[in-house]
Amino acid sequence: MSGAESVGDERSAADADADEAIDRTPVADADVCVVGAGPAGALVADRLAGDRDVVILDAGPRFDPEDRLARQERAIRPSYGRPDVWGMGGARDAHETAGDRTYPLNHARVKGVGGSTLHWQGMVMRLHEEDFNSGSERGVGPDWPIDYDDLRPYYAEAERELGVSGASDNPYAPPREEPHPMPPFEPSYSDSLFAEACESLGIDMHSVPNARNSEPYDDRSPCVGYGTCQPVCPSGAKYDATVHVERAEAAGATVIDRAPVEQLEHDGDDRVTAAVYATPDGERHRQEADAFVVAAGGVETPRLLLLSASDRYPDGLANGSGHVGEFFMDHLFVGAGGTLDEPTRQNHVGFYTSACDQFYDEADESQAPFKLEFFNYAGPSPVEMALTGDDWGDALAERLRDGYGNHVAMGGLVEQLPDAESRVTLADDRTDDRGNPVPRIEWTVGDRALDTIERANEIQVSILEELGADVEWVAGPDATGPAYHHMGTTRMSDDPDRGVVDADCRTHDLDNCWIASSSVFPTSGAMNPTLTIAALALRVGDDVAEWLADGS
Amino acid sequence: MELTRRDATAALAALGATGGVALGVRRTTDERRGRPGDGEELPDDEAVRTAMTAVAETMYPDAVSGIDSFVGAFLDGRLDGSPHGEGIRAAVAEVESAARSWDDAPVADLSPADRDELLRELGADVAEENPDGTTAERVRYYVVNELLLALYSSPTGGELVGIENPQGHPGGAESYQRGPP
Ligand SMILES: Cc1cc2nc3c(=O)[nH]c(=O)nc-3n(C[C@H](O)[C@H](O)[C@H](O)COP(=O)(O)OP(=O)(O)OC[C@H]3O[C@@H](n4cnc5c(N)ncnc54)[C@H](O)[C@@H]3O)c2cc1C
Ligand code: SF4
Repeated sequence: MSGAESVGDERSAADADADEAIDRTPVADADVCVVGAGPAGALVADRLAGDRDVVILDAGPRFDPEDRLARQERAIRPSYGRPDVWGMGGARDAHETAGDRTYPLNHARVKGVGGSTLHWQGMVMRLHEEDFNSGSERGVGPDWPIDYDDLRPYYAEAERELGVSGASDNPYAPPREEPHPMPPFEPSYSDSLFAEACESLGIDMHSVPNARNSEPYDDRSPCVGYGTCQPVCPSGAKYDATVHVERAEAAGATVIDRAPVEQLEHDGDDRVTAAVYATPDGERHRQEADAFVVAAGGVETPRLLLLSASDRYPDGLANGSGHVGEFFMDHLFVGAGGTLDEPTRQNHVGFYTSACDQFYDEADESQAPFKLEFFNYAGPSPVEMALTGDDWGDALAERLRDGYGNHVAMGGLVEQLPDAESRVTLADDRTDDRGNPVPRIEWTVGDRALDTIERANEIQVSILEELGADVEWVAGPDATGPAYHHMGTTRMSDDPDRGVVDADCRTHDLDNCWIASSSVFPTSGAMNPTLTIAALALRVGDDVAEWLADGS
Repeated sequence: MELTRRDATAALAALGATGGVALGVRRTTDERRGRPGDGEELPDDEAVRTAMTAVAETMYPDAVSGIDSFVGAFLDGRLDGSPHGEGIRAAVAEVESAARSWDDAPVADLSPADRDELLRELGADVAEENPDGTTAERVRYYVVNELLLALYSSPTGGELVGIENPQGHPGGAESYQRGPP
């Protein structure tokens, strides 16, 4: 089933009627307009909503929480692809890929209130101190204009906001001043098998921070073990950004869904004046505000700036540097797996509980930082296996027993360096459902990352062999893929010629426009990005508040 | 291994009693009984239950007992007037119609071997599930996979193949920590 049909599926006649009753007109006298209701936009909005009139515009729908079990069923049933689970695909989400590697964009994001965290896995680490100084510490890439210390209090706050379960047993993690808000998830049974192998190889294992509740937190349920975290957690134990959207609304913010922003308008004084958005009835509206925060994710953010080109800014808004869309980065997946001759108890939960950051800070000019993960979901899930195949009855049960039970696997992420040729631009002649040029992704990966993948593979295979596993697959340089973290496309720099935003994530060219997204990352490190996105978003919220308080 | 009402409740808790995979669409009609289509009456809930239970006896391994009440309780949740529920009803009608024309009897009266044969002749064994596809694909989706999903996302079904907390079942955040029994 294609994504397009599935989007159609979600619209019943009753919904269409209800839609007509929804007021999607602009809010008068808004102080702040936030574009995008993923975690970045939601956290900024929540930060400001108590004191300011905030409007959040999101391209996608507001999803009914009651549908989560049905979405889970879609995740399990073979006739639905991953993008179908949250209605991705079709003309709205069309895109083009070019360059060395295809990029499966609609597997890599969700549009709607909550954004991609509806689908995400919820692993949340801080970047390492050296990640902020890659140029001076490792000899490659630019330094960030901010340091770990600038972000440190915001990291702690982000952990409280998202609700992170974690421990302080990781000797390789950057310094922290306080424990995580919730205790960690205990190691899995398969972690205990890995632990023996790692010990004899001198490799350290430690816990890993999860944005999911190990105990009741923030009025949300603890994890109950549905095991489908990615792409949907029916219990709400896994954090998603609907938490902060709802909180912002409770504090007075207005959320307008199904309202893709097509252009940001500006005046002659380098200020954004309005976000022009479309509504399902075919109308176009202008949301005016004093301050604008673009938080549309690492692909749509540069696209919107490019779509907003004008006579004054012919190369796109905030693009005086020419770097909007350039330096597109993702983390590269590295993995290996196989089987043991004993049960490994996989697929009870959909997240992992142990990792290894021991090799991360070995990074230099030729080796990228990388981290290793010990999976709790290796091999097939029996229920999914049961739905394909031409057998049933005893034969099927036999096949499931044979196929499930003894798998083990490791994963990991590797940093890729920023490269101007790896980029998001506008497609020449392909347009979306609203007639706007679709994003074109050229994703290229350099040798440092590919060589590091080999190095990580060697460690993974040595651990699996020590464990006594038959190694059945290795995701090496040829089989690697993206981890769905879109970074770098509006990079941060103190120098307006070298970056799109300054150290406060405010665009160099426009006084009242901020960007909250991993698109501001000058380099990516190898840690999942969202905790850093959240920390930066909270910091953007403070900066916008201060700017408004200073009389704009 | 005995399937219980608890398993059915668990399967429903996992899959949802309303609407199946049709999102945003709740009981739009109260059309629970047969609706004429192609000149044939669609089966009522009781007839759907009888036919699905008969098919489940073929789908489920011999070691499983309690199929009747398990399937009944599961369908109580799924036959709720939603488009998914009506899809089940329509697909069952197609299975019944094939049984009558090829074997001259309702599916529940066929021997296990004939029932197996019937479903294979319908093509439900090799078809990929598709709610909008051919007869074989719809039978695979609404009948065969519906029943397999119910079984293997329930704790007893999971246990049968070595996982007491299968995907889709909220079996807690402890079982992953435990070693094999
Ligand atoms: C399968 C998967 C697994 C992941 N796992 C992890 C993980 O374990 N850890 C981790 O740190 N990260 C993970 N991520 C990444 C994580 O989801 C993102 O980093 C995070 O959601 C980004 O937040 P954001 O708010 O910047 O963007 P998004 O969450 O993508 O939200 C952007 C929002 O902007 C809206 N929007 C876009 N364009 C417009 C427009 N023109 N007008 C109005 N609205 C617009 C979209 O509809 C969307 O709702 C994962 C992602 C995926 C897909
Ligand atoms: S295992 Fe994942 S999907 Fe299930 S409750 Fe826990 S967090 Fe949610």
